[in-house]
Amino acid sequence: MTRLKQIILTLPLLLLPLTAMAQTPEEKGLAIAREVDQRDNGFQDSTAKMTMTLKNRAGQESFRYIRFKTLEVEGDGDKSLSIFDKPRDIKGTAMLTFSHATKPDDQWMYLPALKRVKRISSRNKSGPFMGSEFAFEDLGSQEVEKYHYKWLRDEPCNGLDCFVVERRPAYEHSGYTRQEVWIDKEAYRVQKAVYYDRKNSLLKSQTFSGYKQYLNKFWRTTTMEMVNHQTGKSTQLLWEDYQFRVGLDSNDFNRNSLKRAR
Amino acid sequence: MKTAFFILLTSLSLLLPTAGPLQAGEGEWSGHMATQLRLFPESPLSSQQGDLQLSVSFQPEYYQSWDEGNQSFAFVPFIRLDSMDSERSHWDIRELTWMMVGDNWELRTGIRKLYWGVTESQHLVDIINQTDGIESIDGEKKLGQPMINLSLTYDIGTLDFFLLPYFRERTYPGQKGRLRSTPWVDTDQARYESSAKAYHLDWAARWFKSLGDWDVGLSHFSGTSRSPTFVAGNNSSGNSVLLPYYPLMEQTGLDLQVTKEAWLWKLEAISSRSQGSRYSAMTGGFEYTFVGVMNSDSDVGLIAEYLFDDRGERAPTPMESDIMIGLRLAMNDVNSTDFLIGTIVDINQHHLMVSMEGSRRVMSNWKLSVEGRFFVNTPAEDTLYSLRRDSFFQVELARYF
Repeated sequence: MTRLKQIILTLPLLLLPLTAMAQTPEEKGLAIAREVDQRDNGFQDSTAKMTMTLKNRAGQESFRYIRFKTLEVEGDGDKSLSIFDKPRDIKGTAMLTFSHATKPDDQWMYLPALKRVKRISSRNKSGPFMGSEFAFEDLGSQEVEKYHYKWLRDEPCNGLDCFVVERRPAYEHSGYTRQEVWIDKEAYRVQKAVYYDRKNSLLKSQTFSGYKQYLNKFWRTTTMEMVNHQTGKSTQLLWEDYQFRVGLDSNDFNRNSLKRAR
Repeated sequence: MKTAFFILLTSLSLLLPTAGPLQAGEGEWSGHMATQLRLFPESPLSSQQGDLQLSVSFQPEYYQSWDEGNQSFAFVPFIRLDSMDSERSHWDIRELTWMMVGDNWELRTGIRKLYWGVTESQHLVDIINQTDGIESIDGEKKLGQPMINLSLTYDIGTLDFFLLPYFRERTYPGQKGRLRSTPWVDTDQARYESSAKAYHLDWAARWFKSLGDWDVGLSHFSGTSRSPTFVAGNNSSGNSVLLPYYPLMEQTGLDLQVTKEAWLWKLEAISSRSQGSRYSAMTGGFEYTFVGVMNSDSDVGLIAEYLFDDRGERAPTPMESDIMIGLRLAMNDVNSTDFLIGTIVDINQHHLMVSMEGSRRVMSNWKLSVEGRFFVNTPAEDTLYSLRRDSFFQVELARYF
């Protein structure tokens, strides 16, 4: 290797700390969010099963079983189908969502007792999902454009080096002023999130554990735990049976497939 | 004849699952049973009717799929036993369907129930299934309809074609039941315009499409009218009764919903032709939802709909120029507590009907529902006049499995 070549190759490395310094905390936050998003691109479609355990302050538990089908959509939010198996009285109820980055999602609900498909308003982002501590907006497709970002600091989390990024919802009707999210530097996975309500008081914290990698690329968590600090209630999500690229297409995400989902 | 038809279909149900390929997946049973109590605070018009109505119902559901989920079979029988009204002790096959799914098509054969439409106060466009009128007076309980239905999905929307080879008569309360007309309807003496009677081959087609915020459906039905007209007559015991007459009809329907954030704008319109005359009816209005009212998790929805029928007071329905105002409360709690209160006001005659419905889950597998209907100031000319003393409260406890 010639000396000149060596200089050319080391030059960008020398410039790196400079560009990092020139980057504002907002730019750095956005860059981290883009990296998280980019690393999850290309999964095409997936299915999973979820058990939701709701716990009230007295420790009483109730359960929900839900199956999810997701279709990645280029240049827009994902399409998803959620099918409710338990509690028994809502068995067969299903929800079809076409999510969008900043404009409101399109959402349809199938009510099996009436065999009725209802187009529903997606205005309720802050409301509880199935009576749990998860709001609809916590479970929706996480597009980069949904938030304004700001890198706060680096610190260890779950035994890894992590970025701490603040994100403020860019969409309307969120229940939060801001969230703080811990993302590990190793694989850009969300390890922890803290939610502040509309009055900017601490509301909830969410932990992610048991990450597993699929198709040598996509990381999915096994357990999510959401604790509401204001009510003392908590909800745990247990994810199982993740499958990728099972061959779903847009015909699996329309009103007919919503009605036959079971 | 009716019994023979059901026996035939029930025996078919035993054959169907085994007709599938051998690698059939395991079938699953679910369903619910319920106990229902109705209280009528006012004394009845006829001394034969009672004040307290107790009933039990059972609706199991069998489902099996095979061929990698591309074929499935469903069987849903229903039965109710009622203490007051022998007509309300009845059974039905709500569903007995074999379904086949392809890339952009579905073929559904057998007895099914389906739903068309968007409005809350009445369901004009929803014409395929006959109303199980004895189950509830809101018209939302339906009888299973035999059909062959091909559904095709293209970019231009979804096209559904229906062949309906058998007609189901509407059910009505009997002599001893409440919430009935005076005189009561004798369902054993139904008459038809078609000489084929219940075996007239009806057909229907529907197109629907979602375009951004818009959901549009356009449908046409040709066959035996689901709502009968009535003629006075006598039953075998010499009592005066109403005899249902089912004419043939053509009906074109439009249903439309525009969803703008918290606003749902809804419209249903029909144009019908039967026995040489044409009429039109529509329901239009909105639902607006206040999310998280008073810093709680509850949503409150405000519903307002206008109901119009161009036959005016001659219309066989009580909704000829009425306004419905409703309030929906969804608590979004662990027990899914919901409440709906609504009133339909007749603009010209100033009488009203108030209804309320509520439900909540009890423990994990039970559900408690309450319902009430109150008829206020009903004038003698109105279709609801015979129900003027039939305001009621209802409590139901259901066990799901």
